Amino acid sequence: METPNPGTECSCGCTKDAQAVPTGLSSITPFILSSPLDIKEDVPCCGAPAGPPASPYEKAGYSICPYVDGFVTIGQDSVPRVKTRLSPKDHVSTILARSNIGRNTYNVAPGLYATGNPNGESPVLVTANFKLSFDHLRRELQGVHAWILVLDTRGINVWCAAGKGTFGTDELVNRLKRSRLSSIITHKKIILPQLGATGVSAKQVKKQSGFSVIWGPVHCRDIKNFLGQNMSADKKMRTVTFSLTERLVLIPVEVAILLKPAAIFFLATLFVSGIGPHFYSLPAIINRGLPALATLTMGIIAGAALTPALLDRLPGTAFSVKGIISGVALSFPTALILAGFTGVTGVLGLVLVATAISSYLAMNFTGSTPFTSPTGVEKEMKRFIPVQLCATVLGALFWLISAF
Amino acid sequence: METFRYIQGVSTLKLDSETCIGCGECTRVCPHAVFELTDKKAAIMDKDACMECGACALNCPVDAITVSPGVGCAAYIIQSWLKGPSKATCSTP
Ligand code: SF4
Ligand code: SF4
Repeated sequence: METPNPGTECSCGCTKDAQAVPTGLSSITPFILSSPLDIKEDVPCCGAPAGPPASPYEKAGYSICPYVDGFVTIGQDSVPRVKTRLSPKDHVSTILARSNIGRNTYNVAPGLYATGNPNGESPVLVTANFKLSFDHLRRELQGVHAWILVLDTRGINVWCAAGKGTFGTDELVNRLKRSRLSSIITHKKIILPQLGATGVSAKQVKKQSGFSVIWGPVHCRDIKNFLGQNMSADKKMRTVTFSLTERLVLIPVEVAILLKPAAIFFLATLFVSGIGPHFYSLPAIINRGLPALATLTMGIIAGAALTPALLDRLPGTAFSVKGIISGVALSFPTALILAGFTGVTGVLGLVLVATAISSYLAMNFTGSTPFTSPTGVEKEMKRFIPVQLCATVLGALFWLISAF
Repeated sequence: METFRYIQGVSTLKLDSETCIGCGECTRVCPHAVFELTDKKAAIMDKDACMECGACALNCPVDAITVSPGVGCAAYIIQSWLKGPSKATCSTP
């Protein structure tokens, strides 16, 4: 190709190569300039300047994910290499996912990924396709050359997915085949998060795929030590924890899933608060309704936030009991101050309903903890759901009576 | 987990020491250190810590462990009461 001329301004403001347009043909140039040799990459045309050229790894219909910073070529395969440092965008998506905002969109495409520059001998770490699980793992792999096999767990974390069976033997065996892992690595070992053991039978995996499962640590934060200690974990790495931070991050989701039912419940409360000696009174909706809402909100905070936060401090083994204690602690002073004018019946009514709510929500928190047994939860529920129901009905009745 | 103890004396966990071959797999998968390996046999050291996740029973190569596994989640149990176990889901992702 000839060295292009400096170029001239055309009427639309873009710069065109004068030489490329033979005289007399300018009206049909768009059609005859089809030879790629005639188009120069660095010449800006109408509109925005041209971006960088397409990467050789781009495929029609696919886009390269922001957490992928390159590709590792091994044999005929090119495997996406992921960043081991989380970007501000990743942190935002973590916060959104933790707050239950658009949670269902935090999926990672299942399949094989790489960190660093792994080869046939590098370890293979298996995880779930929930973005948070994936992020937790890759940020612990700075400086580690490894393969990451992401299973399709429908965007659910390892622990919950293993309980549901989506982080399970079948999916693992299937994903091993589809990722053609056996043609990429020379060893036959895969490291699974220990909490996946609820869904995966190592024996079956070996039988069906030939791969040996090695149980990794419970927490991603121990993965480097685990790899460094010749893939062995001590008791501490093998045991789940439920620290204050681990509990606090769960609270936003607990609260977010309550917003809708709470709104309905609040409307019903306002409605009931209007009932009084004059059949129905609009001012009572405000006078009686607002203190009632404040007390019930305290019940929600007590059950969905305070109980999880103080889980190890509150007395009682049953979560419902912890919920009763925190419920009374928050709702009683609130009712006394804001609804004291309704007398003993009114205050008692509100505290009963708020405490029932707190106890119920606390009981529901069992699902978010890693130590409650289903037999225990069922026992607790059979004992406390009747109590919660009675308290709600009685409380509502007292609240109604207090208006007369 | 020693800081947290849930309702005691309810776990359905059982171990048949006769059948156990002492492979140690249960000590590796249990997230509550319920088992310990002594003299090539597994022993239940802390039954009340068991949360019935079923990992040990699923991974014991000789089926020496039985437990009725499940999810210790009230929302899930309510749903399974209402809709039947096959349709129940728990809200936590
Ligand atoms: S997994 Fe089974 S065979 Fe192996 S040590 Fe435990 S009980 Fe014994
Ligand atoms: S069921 Fe789970 S918690 Fe209980 S002993 Fe087995 S692995 Fe441990």
